[in-house]
Amino acid sequence: MSMLIGLAVVGGVALMLALWVIGVYNGLIRLRNAVKNAWSQIDVQLKRRHDLIPNLIETAKGYMNHERETLESVTRARNLAAGASGVGAQSKAEGGLSQALSNFFVVVEQYPDLKANQNFLALQEELTSTENRIGFSRQAYNDAVMTFNNQVEMFPGNIVAGMFGFGKSEFFEIEVPAEREVPKVSFS
Amino acid sequence: MFELVRANKRRSVVLMLVMLALMLAVGYAIGFAVYPAVDNQVVALDQARALRLTFTPGGLIGMAVALGVWAVQALAAYTAGAQMLMAASGAKKLTKADSPQLFNVVEEMSIAAMLPKPPEIYLIEDMGLNAFAAGRDPQHASVAVTAGLLARLNRDQLQGVIAHEISHIVHRDVLYMTMMGVMAGTIIMLTDLFYRMTARGLRMSGTRRYRSSKSQGGGAYLLVLFLVALVLMIVAPLLAQLIYFACSRRREYLADAGAAVLTRYPEGLASALEEISGNAALESKNRVTAPMYIINPLTPEGAAFSSLSSTHPPVEKRIAVLRGMAGGVSYKTYADAWGRLEGGGAKMPAALLADSGAAPAARPAARPAAGADRIPLPAAAAAVFQQARPAAEPDTPQVRVARARDAGDLVRRMNQFLFIACPCGAKLKIPPEYAHPRVRCPRCHAVHSVASARAGDRTSFNPHVT
Repeated sequence: MSMLIGLAVVGGVALMLALWVIGVYNGLIRLRNAVKNAWSQIDVQLKRRHDLIPNLIETAKGYMNHERETLESVTRARNLAAGASGVGAQSKAEGGLSQALSNFFVVVEQYPDLKANQNFLALQEELTSTENRIGFSRQAYNDAVMTFNNQVEMFPGNIVAGMFGFGKSEFFEIEVPAEREVPKVSFS
Repeated sequence: MFELVRANKRRSVVLMLVMLALMLAVGYAIGFAVYPAVDNQVVALDQARALRLTFTPGGLIGMAVALGVWAVQALAAYTAGAQMLMAASGAKKLTKADSPQLFNVVEEMSIAAMLPKPPEIYLIEDMGLNAFAAGRDPQHASVAVTAGLLARLNRDQLQGVIAHEISHIVHRDVLYMTMMGVMAGTIIMLTDLFYRMTARGLRMSGTRRYRSSKSQGGGAYLLVLFLVALVLMIVAPLLAQLIYFACSRRREYLADAGAAVLTRYPEGLASALEEISGNAALESKNRVTAPMYIINPLTPEGAAFSSLSSTHPPVEKRIAVLRGMAGGVSYKTYADAWGRLEGGGAKMPAALLADSGAAPAARPAARPAAGADRIPLPAAAAAVFQQARPAAEPDTPQVRVARARDAGDLVRRMNQFLFIACPCGAKLKIPPEYAHPRVRCPRCHAVHSVASARAGDRTSFNPHVT
């Protein structure tokens, strides 16, 4: 009778141990897949940058040309008006300036977004965001690696990890030391 | 993130079981009081009979009713909670074209938090500064911000706020607090029901049965049970509310820590909280949605005080903990900073502290000027912003006094008052009908000649003499 109870106890303990091992193993699988997923997310962001940025620059350039022509015609007319001497020439130049200016205002009314500043701000925001995303995806990858390594290396998870051959993952690190330097910014 | 979420899920289950037990006890007590058991046997109580008396049909029915009420409400909250919340706050869904910066910020934080997809974004057309998160899990999550928030905060601060909300989503706080809220609500509703029925219940034959029973066994036992039920009725609602608010406050700290870890820049959230804390009051606020906001919208200072009934911890404390994080950014450093401020143990789940990869803060402490990196507002927000009052200087008493003094001086100057600047620092303001040739300074008692001041009025007058 007592042997039966003893057997039952041993069986219960063995069952609990088995369940625990299963739980830890599943957790390790989950974490390792998270690491792999996070690594591929970095590539997703890099590809996005590769596809997106050239198009954004082209769009901004297009706006620039449009405005440049209008502004140039106004500037030319203004210079003519300033350089003109004599009433006749001056009035003609001023008329030309008025004409160019009225064209300018017509264009501004037709294209209310014709403010280069706004376009460049938006472009700057997109560029910043793209770089931020790449940075955050690298950060997410490192977080996933850290969680996985913690589980693999800390006791008692390392027993299960050792049994089933889970190895540590590597952090994302800078390969080129020059990238750690502070970049030089000069507008000359 | 995963360890923390699972640890919190485990903790949530424990606390939910406690609340559930409380709720079932309340249900049982009501059922027991309404349909009391009868026991008139003279012999002493034995175990079997005590068990039978405890689990009376009345009590069991009461528990079933409590569970039923809770289930209906929980189902409603679970499935339609987010939409109801959004509708209650008057939120509009935003597209990327409406506000690209906000969209980018939310996407970046979703990437950092490893969410399967970024949450939907809603705009609340209110000039107060606040934000909240809704949704039962990351697949069905949404985030709402006010127009005032979009207008006032710069990119880093906005990112801190969004990171805080996304932390709530990742930690399943919304689900957790909804369930807790539903349970607390059920408890309160049931005890209220009990109070209404008490008059009838006590006058029913039940109490007469207790009191008139001369047995020393069952009757006394039933009376004890009845008293326990009564005490429970009184205590349960308070207990439920305490648990609810304590959980709510704790979750806010946890979300702050999560935001710091997501952005690796606690100063962003800290400065955002500073900006928000004076302007959190919303025009359309109600008690139901208050806990979901980043700062308590029901008080003007955003709950600068902390009370047991406050859903949010005091703002100064949150800012101080964030700014006190030293030696890297992780849950552990947040817990350490919190502990240093509290002078005691920080209540963080153990799994969090294990993930203590101390990463240095991502950016230096210099904060860019507000508006330096802002791009045009979405149309809806801009419209609201234009109607609003201009950005005000802090309304301290000193500012008010100075403003009043300037206004008074202007009026006096218009009415030909004479201003004499005394070397002691006092500014003498002499009305035009003053007839004497001399005047004595009330502070230093020096004598000034009114006539000479009047003569050199235009040159000697200096309104800004201090």
